[in-house]
Amino acid sequence: MNPSSAITAVTDRFPEAVSTSHTYRGDATVILRRQSLLEVTRFLKEDPEFQMNFLVDLTAVDYSAFGKGGRPAFFASSGVAVSPPPLIPDKDPWPGPPDPSRFVVVYHFFSTTHKHRLRLVVPVADADPRLDSVSDLWPAANWLEREVWDMFGIQFSGHPDMRRILMYEGFEGYPLRKDYPVNKRQPLIGPLN
Amino acid sequence: MLIDTSFLTSRMNEALGWARKYSIFQYPFVTACCGMEYMATACSHYDVDRFGAGFPRFSPRQADVLFVVGTISHKMAPVLKRIHDQMADPKWVVAFGVCTCTGGFYDNYATVMGIDTIMPVDVYIPGCPPRPEMVLDGLMKLQDKIQDQHTSGKRAAPEPRPDNLEV
Amino acid sequence: MPMELTPAPGSTPTQTGEPTDLETRDMMLNIGPAHPAMHGIVRIVAKLDGEKIEDADVEIGYLHRGFEKMAEQVDYNGVMPYTDRLNYVSPLINNMGYCMSVEKLLGIEVPERCHYVRVILSEISRISDHLTCVGATAMELGAFTVFLYMIKAREYLWELVEKVTGARLTVSYCRVGGVKADLPDGFTEPCQEAFKETRKVLAESDGLLTRNRIFVDRMTATGTISAEEAISYGITGPFLRGSGLDYDVRKDCPYAVYDRLPFDVPVGTRGDNLDRYLVRMEEMEQSMRIVEAALREMPPGPVLVNPETGRPIPAAEMVDLAKMGNIGAFSGACAVPGPTLEGSGRAQHPAIAAGEKRVNLPPKEDAYGNIEGLMRQFKLVMFGHGVRAPEGEVYFPVEGANGELGFYVVSDGSGSAYRVRVRPPCFAIMSALPKLIEGDSIADLTPTFGSVNMIGGELDR
Repeated sequence: MNPSSAITAVTDRFPEAVSTSHTYRGDATVILRRQSLLEVTRFLKEDPEFQMNFLVDLTAVDYSAFGKGGRPAFFASSGVAVSPPPLIPDKDPWPGPPDPSRFVVVYHFFSTTHKHRLRLVVPVADADPRLDSVSDLWPAANWLEREVWDMFGIQFSGHPDMRRILMYEGFEGYPLRKDYPVNKRQPLIGPLN
Repeated sequence: MLIDTSFLTSRMNEALGWARKYSIFQYPFVTACCGMEYMATACSHYDVDRFGAGFPRFSPRQADVLFVVGTISHKMAPVLKRIHDQMADPKWVVAFGVCTCTGGFYDNYATVMGIDTIMPVDVYIPGCPPRPEMVLDGLMKLQDKIQDQHTSGKRAAPEPRPDNLEV
Repeated sequence: MPMELTPAPGSTPTQTGEPTDLETRDMMLNIGPAHPAMHGIVRIVAKLDGEKIEDADVEIGYLHRGFEKMAEQVDYNGVMPYTDRLNYVSPLINNMGYCMSVEKLLGIEVPERCHYVRVILSEISRISDHLTCVGATAMELGAFTVFLYMIKAREYLWELVEKVTGARLTVSYCRVGGVKADLPDGFTEPCQEAFKETRKVLAESDGLLTRNRIFVDRMTATGTISAEEAISYGITGPFLRGSGLDYDVRKDCPYAVYDRLPFDVPVGTRGDNLDRYLVRMEEMEQSMRIVEAALREMPPGPVLVNPETGRPIPAAEMVDLAKMGNIGAFSGACAVPGPTLEGSGRAQHPAIAAGEKRVNLPPKEDAYGNIEGLMRQFKLVMFGHGVRAPEGEVYFPVEGANGELGFYVVSDGSGSAYRVRVRPPCFAIMSALPKLIEGDSIADLTPTFGSVNMIGGELDR
């Protein structure tokens, strides 16, 4: 299945679950409403046309600082602002972050039978960062979901073992959220340097 | 008589220092990238055995030099501290690689900014990772230090960096 | 743990007075985080019934260094040193994966010779990664000689890498839209020489291990996993191929120039440690085959001499000439790469870098010699400047030494990436470790853990 036919197949099967979709740089992306996640992923795994048996990656993005300016360009010695370098013109622009909600959880799938890829994007609101767990369908999701919880504080309901994985117990906050300062340390021993 | 004893003691200390510096039992606390260069140093091409330090002991009770090789995260810091506490005196610590010296370019929430904030360090070997030649140089510096301490009777290692260090 | 000798309730004493069923208890054994059999830092809490592992809990994160957070702080090319330290045994594959994902985001294509250079170096890295993995596994099973041999071979390969990149291990060689410098002149001979030595080592190690009773007995039927289970855990690379599924990103989603290079994908049948060892041994041979073919087929690079004088102009001399305003003396000439490999040469530049002024640094001759080159250099290296990618998100996979290594990059149009996510291959394998060691005895943990090839930097990032 090529990217556009994959998108069409998912959209036709679940017209009410898919909020929008696009193909950017050859990556097929389907943006889902979060209540229908389990239904769609089960279909993707079991449908003979898709057979997405390989959950490549599961991660999240915090869009709360998106487009609010990266680093300003200025001369470090004088502080005089200069215009940033020009962008390379893009013939096929990206439609932008999917939803005004703060987080999105991103799933990448691959089928080792049909050799096609698909990306699912599920927006998750800041007020209730919660999503269904797909660890029953792909055991790979077990640790990946734990990592998303650890780094972004998004809960996965139905996950067998929801606890921190990379950081330690007693660490407060979620380091990959945009409002977590990069060098805010919480040492277990030693000085706060 | 007094001169004679002190002469004997200092000669004895020198001999002890000489023996200690050529029979280093090291504990390689390998965590990260520097471990690859540690391996290269320990194996045939660079052969750390030429300096009498060829026998890594993976038990802190049997080691007298702790090689801290690679980044130490805050999650790992208590483990490292505990291993250092378990080692018997006299003991020395070598900070191998820039992450253990200062934290390197991982200036973020996860990493310890230099192991000298949690334990005394005798020799710093910077580099990301240091080349084997540099490691051998650091090892020879440590040997000089060991010898010197036994001759002069100085304290083995400085105290850790003070807590209120202004960075 | 004190031995329980009192008969458990309900057990019937036999005629000799011995109870038929002794009360047994499970024992918890903590292994790591700093343990001699764990090369790398990971903690395994195993629940044992006698010597058999009933269940295990694996705790990781001891080397978490915040790669993904740091990548949001620096500009696009500044992420390169951090990628080196992900899988630090094969840094060039990480470099290549990251660069190709950013290039996909930017929508630019690098020249063919650049692709070949990247492929050659990432295959050399793959060999050194497999050498380390197999060597360390063998060492932990008692074959220390093999470890010494393999590190010796790795040393030859690192000398090659050093010739090209200037560093042994953390190379930071690729750039967004190109590589730092071309291959040095006459790279083929030292490469062949190093491969000859590597092949010799591989033959010796093969003789020492493959028919060695101790080694084979410990590797056979331990850490077994079927292909379906492996893929459901997200396992890829030699580990998956050992189970019999021939998924290889280089074949199935070809990138760079892998579709025109000849190589085979070895697969196992039983999915145990021995198969994975055999797959790795064969992959090293295949990687050498790729490099040799690539060196033959690669489009020729420019010759590094000034045709008029017949000698190259050293970069330092060029700077002096430029200072005197004598630009005419060296326009069109090439600089000799210095010890730091700067001054990669104008003539080489089109062959190794995409012709996009907003992405690639100019050749050093231009940066030193004319105002346009100098401005272009400053626009790319100054704070707040640098490469700017358009808004977008891409995922790009390459075949890392442990499996599919993917980079998911999100950009908001500013000078640094909005989010960089690595898909680390050994994270998936480690998540399956409890499953792999369950039912095996505690001593089988060592070969299984060895064949996982856990790399802390990649696992914890």
